[in-house]
Amino acid sequence: MTEQEHAHPRYILIFVILLLLTLAEVGYAFLDLPKLMLAVGLIIMAVWKAALVAMYYMHLRYEPRRMWILAVSPIPLAILLVLAVITEF
Amino acid sequence: MSDAAVATMDRKPMPGMKVYNMKLGMWVFLLSEVMFFTSLIGSYIILRFAHPDHWTDPGIVLNVPLTALNTFFLICSSVTMVKAFAAIQQGDQKGLKNWLLATILIGAAFVGIQIIEYAALSSEGFLPMLDAYHAVGRGNPHEGPSLGGPLYGATFYAMTGFHGAHVSIGVLCLIFVYFRARSGAYTEESLAGVEVIGLYWHFVDLVWILLFTIVYLI
Repeated sequence: MTEQEHAHPRYILIFVILLLLTLAEVGYAFLDLPKLMLAVGLIIMAVWKAALVAMYYMHLRYEPRRMWILAVSPIPLAILLVLAVITEF
Repeated sequence: MSDAAVATMDRKPMPGMKVYNMKLGMWVFLLSEVMFFTSLIGSYIILRFAHPDHWTDPGIVLNVPLTALNTFFLICSSVTMVKAFAAIQQGDQKGLKNWLLATILIGAAFVGIQIIEYAALSSEGFLPMLDAYHAVGRGNPHEGPSLGGPLYGATFYAMTGFHGAHVSIGVLCLIFVYFRARSGAYTEESLAGVEVIGLYWHFVDLVWILLFTIVYLI
């Protein structure tokens, strides 16, 4: 199956999930919880949303495997960039 | 060689990455953009760890409901963009033009709301160059004392400003694609331009999803 031949994902379903996650995020952000728990929960929801956009709207899910490798290649570099400097504090 | 044959070749997967060159080029560009935004987000995290007193709790200074609405708009624009691509994949010229126009309008609305937000915040004194921000925010219970230091405003305007610039450039590119669509430049077999601008637009949406969480909610 080539990149053009895949079936269309359920774009509206993804949209509804993104919308619900956004509402959940806004609600969760104002709960009376420890700051660390709030931050971890919010980042999990944000990464989940970002992954949905990349996989379904950017069609990464239907790309060849080597495109996946290319797409995730900056993530370790990004983590390294932050960790390398954050240890200063 | 017919136009259709040339167009088909335009999206022909190339050896190596097995995608056509324009798409590969856009992906490589977007990956460089990942590093660009990482430098901004990384700086933000480091500065916030180093100077936590410069920040306040979410919703006190920044207008979360308005920005949540803006986030909703940008997510909607991703749907309209992907619908435009799906339309031209089926040869639906009218659908392509309508969905592209919707994407342009929603994207412009996002930028407009961001400008309104900047105007409101700056009129309240939330600027990066001030020593401290004392204005009374939305439902702020801490009237009087400082509501954060200059790093709060500096990082806020840097991150959201660069993102807003990306959205603005995206809207301009979409307008270009829209006028090409009106002249019938895209067909079922020649839709690389729509797909590539779509990738850029979805990336801008993806970055905003992360920025909204990091800047406004945490």
